[in-house]
Amino acid sequence: MRHSNHTSLARYGRVLVTGALGVTLGATLLAACSSSPKAAPAQGNVPGVTSTSINIGATVPLTGPAAPGYDEIAPAMDAVFGWVNAHGGVHGRKIHYTYLDDGYNPANTATLTRKLVLQDNVFADVGSLGTPTQTAVQGFLNSQKVPQLFIESGCNCWSDSRYPYSSGWQPPYTIEGKILGSYIKANFAGKKIGYLYQGDEFGNDFVKGLDMEIPSSSVVSRQNYDAATLAGPLSNQMAALKAAGAQVIAMATIPAATALAMLPAAAIGYLPQYVISNVGADTPTVGPLLASFTQKGGGSAAQAKAATGLLNGVITDAYFAPEANVSNPWVQVEKKLLQDYAPALYAKSGLDGNTQYGIALAYTFVEALRATGKNLTRPRLLAAIATAGKNFVTPGFVPLSYSSTVHFGFEGSQVIKLSSTAPPAVTPSGSWIGSTPVTPVEVTDVGSGPVTRYKGTTSSPPKSLVSTS
Amino acid sequence: MSPPGTSRSWGDRAPWVRGLRLPTQPLVRHLLLALCGAGLLYAITSSLSPYNDFEVGEIALYVIALAGLSLLTGSNGQISLGHGAFMAVGAYSAALLMTHTHLNFLIELVAAIGAAGLLGLVIGIPATRLKGPYLAGLTLLLALALPPIADKWSSTFGGDQGLTTTTPSAPGTINPEEWLAWIQIIGALITLVLLANLLRSRFGRSFRAVRDDEIAASLAGIHVARTKVIAFVISAACAGLAGAFLGLSTGVVNTGEFPLTLSIQLLAAMVLGGTGTLMGMWWGAILLVYLPQWSTSLSGDFSLGSGASAYLATIIFGVVLIVVMIAAPTGIQGGLRWAWRRLWSLRPGTGDGMSKISRPA
Repeated sequence: MRHSNHTSLARYGRVLVTGALGVTLGATLLAACSSSPKAAPAQGNVPGVTSTSINIGATVPLTGPAAPGYDEIAPAMDAVFGWVNAHGGVHGRKIHYTYLDDGYNPANTATLTRKLVLQDNVFADVGSLGTPTQTAVQGFLNSQKVPQLFIESGCNCWSDSRYPYSSGWQPPYTIEGKILGSYIKANFAGKKIGYLYQGDEFGNDFVKGLDMEIPSSSVVSRQNYDAATLAGPLSNQMAALKAAGAQVIAMATIPAATALAMLPAAAIGYLPQYVISNVGADTPTVGPLLASFTQKGGGSAAQAKAATGLLNGVITDAYFAPEANVSNPWVQVEKKLLQDYAPALYAKSGLDGNTQYGIALAYTFVEALRATGKNLTRPRLLAAIATAGKNFVTPGFVPLSYSSTVHFGFEGSQVIKLSSTAPPAVTPSGSWIGSTPVTPVEVTDVGSGPVTRYKGTTSSPPKSLVSTS
Repeated sequence: MSPPGTSRSWGDRAPWVRGLRLPTQPLVRHLLLALCGAGLLYAITSSLSPYNDFEVGEIALYVIALAGLSLLTGSNGQISLGHGAFMAVGAYSAALLMTHTHLNFLIELVAAIGAAGLLGLVIGIPATRLKGPYLAGLTLLLALALPPIADKWSSTFGGDQGLTTTTPSAPGTINPEEWLAWIQIIGALITLVLLANLLRSRFGRSFRAVRDDEIAASLAGIHVARTKVIAFVISAACAGLAGAFLGLSTGVVNTGEFPLTLSIQLLAAMVLGGTGTLMGMWWGAILLVYLPQWSTSLSGDFSLGSGASAYLATIIFGVVLIVVMIAAPTGIQGGLRWAWRRLWSLRPGTGDGMSKISRPA
């Protein structure tokens, strides 16, 4: 035996430590196994619902490469629920929101979603993030008849009759591509167009929309990048676009990729007109990235500040009022909500595209609960969204599209131009650049339907939200 | 598993203890153990909630991958930082067959094992010329380079959304989680029996001989390169089966399920469980499945911010690894075995068990 020459004290110590380890392991395994569901007194037989509470859950990336920025959404949603609960809940029920970290790994999503549904007995999965992660649990949630609501992804796949319990919320990327493509066709006729897109569902769906509007003869170069290996400047892609003579670049990029494309282009004196998807042009995120990448590359503080100026004049789209529009009543309400009900998040991130997104999404869910009424069941919630969804009050420019067959949320947006002369910053972290609308609000569908002007109205925040938040 | 009669003779034990003695024939012995394990696991799964059954199934699938890795590293002395990639190959192979054909479920699993084994062969051949950090580098490259291939041909591999997998529907009133857990448990038990037999056979002895001294092994007539390749193929095939099972648990197969961290966690869990042991892989798999949950509840209890809690699982994994390596350098299984033998020899009247010379049984 190996330890025969050790002192007996050391031997006993080792036995103790190893034994303790074994016991701890066993005990924790038992504890983990025995924490079976202990349902609160339920309302009828509805999981997660009592007369005074509703338990809902979500899986979101709080760690890993997808976390920066996206980790703000769920806490921002919780601010809305905090406000609702402080005012008596919805139909007397307080909302308890559990969001778990899946690190954007679908295998984790599968496990954690089962934990939420089978062990924690949540009423619904609300505001879970990601295309690969949520496709992983779409089948499971539908087989369990658990609503998978307002998935945080612009995939075209959420409105699928095979999965009646699933719903998207934000405009599908194809719709964004069509609206921005139609703007390019109308305003940059005769110019040479280039594409830069992320080589996955997001980029491909967006390009599909662009191609429906922009004549293929005017597209001179199509470049893409791999999100998983995005580490340095996209110099090759930008050089290729420059060589092809692209005067306008349509981009389906995440914020880091936007910055990593603009900087090397500017370095070779290439300053095309950028047209960027909503997610890639979130100024409170992209602005600081442009500055920090410049400084990491050896640039001075002045050069870093100048680099943020690259955003001036960028064309993008918005489906709710951007945070820099300080006079917008929704923006004022959103800011107040965050300040009062998520002060730590407000101090860290302020009002930006992600926190606004979380607030708007959570408020949509509150509207859905209100519309369902006192008698809350899963089928009744889905029915309420399908029949009353179009009337929900949300910060969105257009009403939600929900019906019994359409499970997309917003199917419209407004093309805007970023501008350093527009309204100033409202957030602590500093959105320094504002924007001005360049088209009316437009609507379309993911299919071959035309892009048309939205003729309805945009809702204002209800009095309760304005006065009491 | 030390052969009977070397560590402690059965002869000096009480007659009832002798009656408990396991048969010495490896196949019978391992089958008996597997049956006992199956009985135990059946008792566990039928008393647990569906969610806990799902977790037991996950433990079983990781046991398969870890057992293969344990054979490769512990018995044959080769290292792999790319077992996540072999799992991906198995998962995609099974999912592709499920999407495009309606073959028998078992055939799909065999295909997953075969495809991963084939890649193991392709990697195993150059691996025979590499050692230590160079082999680690080659396998690491595999874990990095394989997922982007699936992204590149998204029409075949389903891109972000991936490919949907289908588990054969559960018979009778068994709930789907328990049924899936049983498919995975049976897979794990069969794998363990086969590997245990293999390790007790001529192949197992060659694996160890090559690990200990390649020159001596080749002088003894062992084909060193062939032995190493065989170990690699078997190990990769195990990972392939585990990958196919992971796809069943997840419901879809996409590249996000096979990050580089998976390969590294597999290696760490294998070391924790006890490199070279098979039973120890259950400990490693339990840690793989439960550590993230403990850390989540721990950070909740201490209300750590999301910034700190984010990396708590990794930190705890590291701390556990360090503690186990100090307390039990042969991993949890090795430590438990050793502690069991110590406790046995500390019985009154036996003195120091080590001073006794074992008699043949």
